[in-house]
Order: sequence, then structure tokens, then C-alpha cells
Amino acid sequence: MKQKHTAIVLSQQEIAPAIYDMWIETPLAADARPGQFLGIYPKDKSTLLPRPISICETDAARGALRIVYRVAGAGTREFSGYREGDAISLLGNLGNGFPLEQGCGKRAFLMGGGIGVPPILELAKRLEARKDIIAGYRDANLFLGEDLAKYGTLHIATEDGSAGTKGNVMDAVRENGLEADIIYACGPMPMLRAIKAYAGERDIPAYLSLEEHMACGVGACLGCVVKTREIDYHSHVHNARICTDGPVFEAKEVEI
Amino acid sequence: MNTQVTIAGVTLKNPVMTASGTFGSGMEYAEFMDLSRLGAVVTKGVANVPWPGNPTPRVAEVYGGMLNAIGLQNPGIDVFLERDIPFLKQYDTKIIVNVCGKTTEDYVEVVERLAEEPAVAMLEINVSCPNVKEGAIAFGQKADALFGITKEVKRHAKQPVIMKLSPNVTDIVEMARAAEAAGADALSLINTITGMKIDIHKRAFALANKTGGMSGPAIKPVAVRMVYQAAKAVKIPIIGMGGIANADDAIEFLLAGATAVSVGAMNFVNPCTCVEVAEGIERYMEQYHVESVTDLIGAVRE
Repeated sequence: MKQKHTAIVLSQQEIAPAIYDMWIETPLAADARPGQFLGIYPKDKSTLLPRPISICETDAARGALRIVYRVAGAGTREFSGYREGDAISLLGNLGNGFPLEQGCGKRAFLMGGGIGVPPILELAKRLEARKDIIAGYRDANLFLGEDLAKYGTLHIATEDGSAGTKGNVMDAVRENGLEADIIYACGPMPMLRAIKAYAGERDIPAYLSLEEHMACGVGACLGCVVKTREIDYHSHVHNARICTDGPVFEAKEVEI
Repeated sequence: MNTQVTIAGVTLKNPVMTASGTFGSGMEYAEFMDLSRLGAVVTKGVANVPWPGNPTPRVAEVYGGMLNAIGLQNPGIDVFLERDIPFLKQYDTKIIVNVCGKTTEDYVEVVERLAEEPAVAMLEINVSCPNVKEGAIAFGQKADALFGITKEVKRHAKQPVIMKLSPNVTDIVEMARAAEAAGADALSLINTITGMKIDIHKRAFALANKTGGMSGPAIKPVAVRMVYQAAKAVKIPIIGMGGIANADDAIEFLLAGATAVSVGAMNFVNPCTCVEVAEGIERYMEQYHVESVTDLIGAVRE
């Protein structure tokens, strides 16, 4: 039976303004896949719902998972106060994750924007491909940049131009004359739409990790749907559930 | 110790059910619990044809609860009968199907299809969803409209009919009496309370639908009050719900006059809430030497 898990905080630090980096000890580390996420429950009973937070890195040997998240509201503000030894309640591992086999041996773009950068790290570690990692940030707070550079060729884009290409991840692709056979991406919706259009023009697959407000995280509430090209198998309309059918979808399958 | 309760001739092993729309048809939560531990599974609303539901965002958290405006996304009765009913039949629990529609004919069509399905123990008629423009709550906010739809559903139903009432009315007693007078076998209340949330940073509504139904522990006192008032006013059994998070909450509803209870939004917070509520009721009964759970129904001291 699945159940809520209790994980123990191993460490936490703020690695950029309002961006926190936390390692937790949990048996879920054994089979966590890149692109999957956790539903983390705040302790404060006024904030009830689990927060969907992507898995940034796994360390199966240590039985540990790393999450890197932005403080966006009451729940994540509470999480940011956790210290070593604190217990946290969570559901996991949720969602499908990025398909690794499709990219094997190919030229791949691994694209992350803002708080969509973290899940790209474990993907970069595991994907056996020629990897151009393109990370977009608001400014020169290039969190996880050093970690990403270990697993591929790192290209940076910043909105304010303070590091790398001025602009977004697509601007960095153009400026550096990059080419790919397959794309993996996580980030804000405008970025994902641009990637979908780019992949469509070139007729290459793009696997996009989507985000939506969620309640249950397990496919029951139908809160986090995305419009799909085909009729979905659950409700027989055109709505896939991001939490369970995703969060990663092939760009052609979704209307975003 | 006897935890059984009977509603319209249907005996449940315990008074704990799932609130429609929070539990799908049980498939997702069957991975967390044995559904046979539940008195009944009340399914997500099903219509005559598939409904796509509302645009996203469909959910938002509020203090002590949440808003939803899913808009009754469902696969329609054909898929439901082929897939969901056979799934639920594997478990030793009662199946209560929540029925939604835009028109009286829609409701009747689903009710007639379900009449051929002996595994369905009861029907719950959704005349109280605040998130769809046609049907649903349009039948649930005026006593004469509620009377009319109840009468029509009863004429076609083979199973006992539970009318699910909206709290978004001036007088819950008038609505409860109208449903009873039209022949309803039971009532369930409350559905969600219409609410709104505005994101002050984006100056935008938190939900694409602007309004949504509020659920969660914050609404429990409103629900307990309405269950109490309705129970005083009618003779048919009441299924109480609204913010139940644990056995204490469930017992409060029983004492207020509910014969059974449903767990809704708290399934999202703890997937095992329903089972924990059922176990907690047993502990309470042991502690206070309650022989039958029915002894608790309406047992608050006046």
C-alpha cells in the first residue's frame, strides 16, 4: 500500500534569494526518477494541501533526495525554516518523470527556466546523450549552475543580461547556434510554449514538465488538468491529469 | 459494539463514506487503503455524456480549506458503467453514485441507466454544485425546483435517492422539507460554500472560474449547524459532511443528527482519513461504552 512518508531533513541552505536547497533522508530515494515530484505537507493546519515540489537530485546510496524550491507562499515559507533533524510529511514519488531512453545517444537540449531548473539536474546526471544544458534565470543568481556544468555543456540566459545571453533559453539556443534531436524542459509556461513551437518547426520531440495548481496530487481531484490533443483515458474528454499522467508530456500531445 | 447504520433500507458496515468529487471512483485511493473498510464509496458526479469541466486554475488553497471549481469533469455514464462500477464491485462496500446533469432529462437518463445496475446501492443527486453554469445548483437553490427534480428522479429511480443539498441558500430547512415532501429517501449536506480568492500581487482571481466551492475544516461549524437544523425538520436520514478531518468531527455530525458522514477535502490532506475516521469512531464508542453507533445520532443534549 502507498502511504504518507516521514522524511528527515539532512541539511538546508538558501542558495539564492528565496531559493532553498534541502536534502532529506527518505527510502523514496531508491526509486525516484528525474522529473518526478513530491507532495510535501506543511505542518501548519491552516495550510492543508501538499506542495508539489520537483526532485532535484537523488542519492540512492545515502537514501537521500534533494529539493530546490522557491518560497512562494505560506507553505514554502514554513519549509524554508526547517533545520537538520526536522521531520517532514510527504507523498512520493509522484508523476511519470522524463523518459530517458528516448534521448539516449542523441543531441539533447536540457532546458530549465527559473524554479524549473532543479529537476534538470538529476536528468542531466542520468541522461546518456550529448547534452547542451540551457538554464534561464532572472539575474546573476545562477543557482545549481555549478552542479549542472558537471554533466554537460552549460549555457546561461538571464533576463537582465547580467550573465550569459540576455534574454531567455531560446535566445541562448540561437546565440550559441545550438542544435538538438530531442528536448527536455521544465520552466514557466511562456518558455514551454516557445519550446513547443521550436520543436514543432524542427519536428523533433520535446518533453515538457508542466505545472498547475494541485490539490490531491494522486489523480483524484481533477484539479491539475492540461488540454490534450487526444481524448484522455480517464475522463474521455481532452484533459490529462498533470499529477499522474504527467507532469512530463510530449509537446505535441498537449495544448499549452 | 455495532457500527452499522441503515439508510433507506441499505445497511452500511459503518457510517463513514467518501464525499463525492474528492475520491474519484476510489481507484486512486485504493492504493492507500482497503476500500472495504468504508461504509460506502460515493463516486464523483457522473452525467449522461462526458463533461470536460472548467479551465484551470481549478483549485486554490484558503485559510483552513480550499476552493475548487473543477466543473464536474467526468467520463459520462457509458465509461462509468464499463469501468468504474466493475472496479468498485471488487470491494465489500456500498456503491453510491453521484448523478449530475444540466437538464431534468440529463438526470433522468443517468438514473435510468443506473437502474439496470444492481451493484449500485443508492443514488446521490447533485443539485448543489456551484461551479457549473447550467443544471446542478439551478435545481438546488429554489424549493420548488428542488421539489420538481426530486419528484422526477424518484419516478425513474430503482435505488433509494439521496438529494445533496447546497448550503448556498437562505433557509436550509425549507430545502430539506421540499426534498422530503417530493419523496427523497435521504439528504446529504453540505455541498461546498461558494467563495472567492483574489491574488493581490497579480490582481487576478485565483480560480479561472472566479468563484469556487469552499471545503475543508474551516467550513465545519456551518455544516454542523445546517445538519442539526435539517435533522430537526425532516424524518428521512441525513448524511453529514463539511470539513470532517477526524473521528471527533464525524461524531459531532452524528450528535447533530446525521446518520452517516462523508469525508471530503481531507482525503487530499491525508489519503487514509476515511479509515482513520472509522477506527476513531470505534475507539470513541469503546471509551463511552456506546453499544450501537445509532445511539449517537441526534444525541446532543438540548
